[in-house]
Amino acid sequence: MSSYSNTARLTEARRVAIFGGTHGNEMSGVTLVNLWMKNSDEIQRKGVEAKPFITNPKAVEKCTRYVDTDLNRAFTPENLSAPGGDELPYEVQRAQEINKVFGPKGSPEAYDVIFDLHNTTSNMGCTLILESSKDHFNLQMMNYIKKAIAPASCLVLLNEHPLLKYSTSRSVAKHPVGLEVGPQPQGVLRSNIFEAMRVILKHALDFIELFNEGMEFPSCSVEVFRVSERIDYPRDANGNIIAMVHPNLQDCDWEPLNPGDPMFQTFDGKTIHYQGSGTVYPTFINEAAYYEKQQAFVTTRRETLVASAIGKA
Amino acid sequence: MESVSFPPQSSIAICGGTHGNEMTGVYLVREMQKHKVDKIGSVSISTVLSNPRAVDVCRRYTETDLNRCFTDALLSSPITDSTPYEVRRAQELNAQLGPKGSEKAVDMLIDLHNTTANMGLCLIFYTADYLPLQIFKYIQNKMSSVPVRAMQLDIPLSDAYSLDSLGKHSFSIEVGPQPNGVLRADIFNIVKEAVDHTIAWLQEFNSGSTFEAGEVEAFTVVKSVDYPRDPVTGEISAAIHPQLQDNDFKLLKPGDPIFLSFTGETVKHEGEELYPLFVNECAYYEKKIAFHLAQKRTFKLPSIHMKKD
Repeated sequence: MSSYSNTARLTEARRVAIFGGTHGNEMSGVTLVNLWMKNSDEIQRKGVEAKPFITNPKAVEKCTRYVDTDLNRAFTPENLSAPGGDELPYEVQRAQEINKVFGPKGSPEAYDVIFDLHNTTSNMGCTLILESSKDHFNLQMMNYIKKAIAPASCLVLLNEHPLLKYSTSRSVAKHPVGLEVGPQPQGVLRSNIFEAMRVILKHALDFIELFNEGMEFPSCSVEVFRVSERIDYPRDANGNIIAMVHPNLQDCDWEPLNPGDPMFQTFDGKTIHYQGSGTVYPTFINEAAYYEKQQAFVTTRRETLVASAIGKA
Repeated sequence: MESVSFPPQSSIAICGGTHGNEMTGVYLVREMQKHKVDKIGSVSISTVLSNPRAVDVCRRYTETDLNRCFTDALLSSPITDSTPYEVRRAQELNAQLGPKGSEKAVDMLIDLHNTTANMGLCLIFYTADYLPLQIFKYIQNKMSSVPVRAMQLDIPLSDAYSLDSLGKHSFSIEVGPQPNGVLRADIFNIVKEAVDHTIAWLQEFNSGSTFEAGEVEAFTVVKSVDYPRDPVTGEISAAIHPQLQDNDFKLLKPGDPIFLSFTGETVKHEGEELYPLFVNECAYYEKKIAFHLAQKRTFKLPSIHMKKD
């Protein structure tokens, strides 16, 4: 545990993967990875092996989120060690294959960094998803990216919640980084969203190159939004949705939601208000894929993390 | 123009879920069914979930696009074991709400759709049918918070392929932008209001009101433009240009950018000035359509009233 004035010495991040198509209908990642598989000039960096990879090719072919089960929830220890071969759901088989190539998860042989490219129908703008508040390499990378694209904004979502955290494709790596850019409908490729994701990856790879070449990054503060609670739609006894995200909340990802603010609107126009105990910052508001996961939005709380100074070991 | 009369419009059908992932229609029809709406004043209303299997899996269709199954040829094609679900369903709907082109068909069929394109509220007709055009004029005057436009498909009835062609006087209500599988409250409220205005208009019509003559502008599709594609793989090689994205109904002039390739080249519009519609509609990638191009036309409407026996 390094003290405030010490630099954490970390190994070089040499093996880097860029995952697209973890959800087959999230088009920015699919398009970028296909582009880079054809011509990888743009992602070449000195001292970095950057491997673009389509994680869920069957889902990409059908332009659907998944075929049997959500690949981005499939990397649980149970799934990764499950016997059964071809009889396993497609995505569980894929998870095992991916774990073999880019992992094994938790081992020294695992890839150093995996960028997993996603889109959302929510108005989240550019979001980086962090899985651990103690990953100083990632925190420094995210700080670098935020500064590089300023004044354009790129926020950091931290999901360390014991119950709401999930086993992602990228979790196979030592430093998993989620890129979530929206709003974009599933199956649609928007130029502005595509280019925004491309720019974020450019800066991310620049950071890794600089780090590997020996640049030291001093300690810094990083503002994050920590996942707090999942809020579902109001439903009737049969599980059918009986209200919609309120127009005042729709598209207001990252804006404060205060107790008493409108949250849902019923089909006949009545307002349901947020009843929490304090101000929260909602995100993933009205994400298409989350209706079946019983989630209208998640609440987050703002926090400032301090990243240790880091340098190559 | 002399005033034109039409019989009372006493039976209508409101259809949702013709595409199972276009959520406004699905939920509006479900709500109407929950509240057992079957008659409002002089108008009897059938509410229909057109493609229940597609709705169940939240997909546009299961085997083939239901909203392309209503040509005369497909409606009369023999059913075998290999007939796709949607072709069978189209024939069921034709029996229930049609038959297409016959006296028994519903007076009016309103089919509710969403699009990922920034189309606002758009009514879609086949022919320059005065009844729906008067309804369009009425809705346009009543709804000022959202752009209300009309699109016309110049296709003879026998080739008319969509569900709304079953009714005697029909139109689709297309509202966007809304992603597939998403239910937005603002879009829901717009569609509900448009449907309410339509029913109010029908009440007034059936009670003997005359609707004044006038003029409306509508957009008639003349051609479609596909994405630039890789000649070998067929994969798209460019995205809709940011200056065209979300600019449905804004006049496109020669030299205006339409696509931005993944390697940074701009493709420009060539040819006559036209209006782009359905710009970047998700479902049209597989139909090889990046956007439609339309001419703007003015339709002169006579005054219309109900024919008294």
